Amino acid sequence: MTPLAAHGLRKSFGEMEVVSGVDLAVEAGECFGLLGPNGAGKTTTLRLCLGLIRPDAGDIRLLGEPVPQRAREARTRVGVVPQFDNLDPDFTVAENLLVYGRYFGVAPRHIAPRIAPLLDFAGLAGRGGAKINTLSGGMKRRLTLARALVNDPQLLFLDEPTTGLDPQARHLIWERMRRLTAEGKTLVLTTHFMEEAERLCQRLAVMDHGRIIAQGSPRALIADHIEPQVVEVHGQGVNAWMERVRSLAARVEKVGDTVFAYAADVDPLLRTLAGQSELAYLHRPASLEDVFLKLTGRDLRD
Amino acid sequence: MRWVAVWRRNFLVWRKLLAASVLTNLADPLIMLFGLGYGLGALMPPVEGMSYITFFAAGQLCTATMYTASFESMFSGFSRMHGQKTWDGILYAPLVIDDIVAGEILWAASKAWLTGSTILGVVLVFGLASSPLVLLALPAAFLVGLAFSAVGLIMTVLARNWDFFSFYMTLLMTPMMMISGVFFPAEQLPAPLVAVAKALPLYHGVALVRPTLSGQLPQDAWIHVAVLAGYSALGYVLAIRFARKRFSE
Repeated sequence: MTPLAAHGLRKSFGEMEVVSGVDLAVEAGECFGLLGPNGAGKTTTLRLCLGLIRPDAGDIRLLGEPVPQRAREARTRVGVVPQFDNLDPDFTVAENLLVYGRYFGVAPRHIAPRIAPLLDFAGLAGRGGAKINTLSGGMKRRLTLARALVNDPQLLFLDEPTTGLDPQARHLIWERMRRLTAEGKTLVLTTHFMEEAERLCQRLAVMDHGRIIAQGSPRALIADHIEPQVVEVHGQGVNAWMERVRSLAARVEKVGDTVFAYAADVDPLLRTLAGQSELAYLHRPASLEDVFLKLTGRDLRD
Repeated sequence: MRWVAVWRRNFLVWRKLLAASVLTNLADPLIMLFGLGYGLGALMPPVEGMSYITFFAAGQLCTATMYTASFESMFSGFSRMHGQKTWDGILYAPLVIDDIVAGEILWAASKAWLTGSTILGVVLVFGLASSPLVLLALPAAFLVGLAFSAVGLIMTVLARNWDFFSFYMTLLMTPMMMISGVFFPAEQLPAPLVAVAKALPLYHGVALVRPTLSGQLPQDAWIHVAVLAGYSALGYVLAIRFARKRFSE
């Protein structure tokens, strides 16, 4: 069974079409990434898939149930880590899990024995009695992850789970997500951190202006859409250098004060930089971020 | 019955903050009751055949119930919906907005009922009423709580900010309290005001509770019950309709 499949999804708010014909198919046990700049329609797509809002067109199947008609039934086996924490500030850490479990119809006597392992998983062992407002941002995120697991879901939606976290906290969340896929759970992740997507996702869809504009594994996306090598250059005289190398690179782009030169063979480019003490440069393999910027453009998004 | 989980969530929070919550819900109305009842009441002849404090106790029981229901459904409800985003979290579970609306209304009504019944307990302890008929004030108080919780929740799901509630409280609730027979018999007001009072729920709550304190059955009880039940039902339906709209955006 395909845990999540959507065809021809459309959704408008007023005059604005936010989702304009999205097709998705998430395979069991994979971590599927939905990438896109702010306002691309990622969160709306997730809310449609959860049955929280009705699509204007298209159909959705979540864990075999038609959504939104049987979204309630589907959601009994789904967990959600929302973009913004909405832990219950009136309760302690452990009470948050108990109370949340009740919404799934899980009796406290069934949740109680699971609280310690869940807190352990979230790196919050021994913090069960702590108040929510005493937790750091990273701890709140981890508790939200633990909360999403109270009903032992088959599929988890994670909406920008590491936005605003420090690197330590981010790595811990990543490690836990990998553990969840190893346990056989299916993960659907939205993010605009390319590193996160590249590390975690087996397959990705890049979304912009309500449409999916590319889909595939991180490696395939890089291979299909971009030259394998990049030289980033900045410093005095970078404009002159850019003009000189236009014929040596497959593609040259300037963002801010940095020039990006893409090519399959960068040796000729690097030779032009020898002895240029004013120019600082970095030679690296092309990454998902280069693909993302090429596909979605370099304009600032709000 | 999924609303029970929502009701229970609020109940558990209430239990944690029991002392403060009970104090704030009861101190004000009881101070008013004894201050005005004994102070002002000493200067007054019996009203409708009962001492002024007993007369006023019936009004105060309903008013305090109304205020508890309104504060809980509006201020606390809005804080859960808008400030803490508690409702958003609940909606990821197999609950829908209708369950939350039902749970919130029934919770606010329960809390209001507790205020009303505690005041009734005080009334009995102070010997202001003695007939077993006063027990009929218990279901009446629940109906008053239900009507104002349902109407309050409409305000909550329509509100964009906290100021919204001030209009409702100042422009609607306060004048209603003045014309609904809480402090003096409503019938001594000009006829148009009496008609307005009879179109609003508080009047009917008072009309149900007051006779029971002097050991009588309320007259035309079914009309009063019907008005309160009508406000509850209509409030519930509208609150759900507006909440669905708000949460589909």
